[in-house]
Amino acid sequence: MNELSVQFDGVCKRYAHFALEDIHLELPTGSIMGFIGANGAGKSTTIRILMGLVHQDKGSVQVLGHPMPAEQAAAKFDIGFVSEDMRLYGAATLAWHMDFLKPIYPRWDAAYAEVLARRFDLKPEQRIKGLSHGQRVKAALLLALARRPRLLVLDEPTTGLDPVARVEVLGELMAALADEERTILFSSHNTLDVEQISDQITFIDRGRIIDSDDKETFLDRWRRLRLVLPPDVAVPHLPGVVEVGGSGRLPVLTTNCFEPAMVSVCNELGATVQAVDTMTLEEIFLANVHSRRERVTA
Amino acid sequence: MYTQYIDMHSDIVISQSDSRPMYLQIMEQIKQRVAVGEWAAGEEIPSIRQLAVALRVSVITIKRAYLELEREGVIVTQQGKGSIVAPNPDLSPRLYDEEFSRHLEKVAELGELLGLSSEEIARRTREASRRMNQASRTKENV
Repeated sequence: MNELSVQFDGVCKRYAHFALEDIHLELPTGSIMGFIGANGAGKSTTIRILMGLVHQDKGSVQVLGHPMPAEQAAAKFDIGFVSEDMRLYGAATLAWHMDFLKPIYPRWDAAYAEVLARRFDLKPEQRIKGLSHGQRVKAALLLALARRPRLLVLDEPTTGLDPVARVEVLGELMAALADEERTILFSSHNTLDVEQISDQITFIDRGRIIDSDDKETFLDRWRRLRLVLPPDVAVPHLPGVVEVGGSGRLPVLTTNCFEPAMVSVCNELGATVQAVDTMTLEEIFLANVHSRRERVTA
Repeated sequence: MYTQYIDMHSDIVISQSDSRPMYLQIMEQIKQRVAVGEWAAGEEIPSIRQLAVALRVSVITIKRAYLELEREGVIVTQQGKGSIVAPNPDLSPRLYDEEFSRHLEKVAELGELLGLSSEEIARRTREASRRMNQASRTKENV
């Protein structure tokens, strides 16, 4: 399946103190993309441009085949959007919200909405203002999922959720993808969630995409090599090294283009490879951000 | 249908504290399942997407695990028809043998760290195996 649900091409947006620069993004239909960045990195701005809520200064955005923001009304019909500042009516109940959306969205699935309410442990007759933060997030997610949108866009869906709620939410996101026609983009600073369910991973920092790849390739490329050097041997030059740590005789190299052949290359150059460590997504993200920021200031 | 979890496979456990990649953990547990015959030769196995939803793990990770299992001859994927356990996976001896080699390498590595000679390592290995035999004999007597 090569169809793209989301495509950004050379997208820029400038503000007085922040700029989104030359954003390229491709999200194939049927997959989940995790969008990772620190606070203020540009995740929400990118998502707002995707939704047509903010207009880009330059570049093109296609969502479900619709150019944005020109055709945002048509596109939004098929997008379920959940963000931290969701506008639910505090005085109304969850059931009221469900009844409100039903006539608007032809694909509204009332049976699924009820199943979700049970799974999320929500009472439809309860007023929104009486809900906890976690319950509110789950309520908003229920309202988005029951519309059966082709694209789900979730800004920090698991932030502030307890472990039980997080597992429920991640499970429902996976379940929504069971039929291969739906697509999810979600931003998070919880790298564990992203590592678990994403097919595609994109890192953003200071308004630029610093890396984007499918998850397996991503995790395969990054390794930490722990070396032991005999006295007169220099640290070997290896491709893709973004960081050299450790001490003089015991250097630790972090590379983003790991190949198993590197081990024998090191041995030939007189260095012993003590260990090749895999890295978690969190470690990869931090190494990536550090090395980019250092290069910019250097 | 689409809202249903497939709970029969959720006993595959993915550990966050295991430093091995998720696809390797999944491969190993599928191999064990095949080795003990829980997933029988020739039997149909869940589709990539079904298993992804059941385990709450990305599709691409399961795809990777299936590809590697196919390369190792454990499963067979038929175009457009899903995957089955290979008709003759012959896994259990190989699985234990691989594990044995891994442990031996670890022993050699730790031995070297402690500065033991290879004779000393061999002697300690013989001792350990003698202790194992004794322990199992005692158990039988009880």
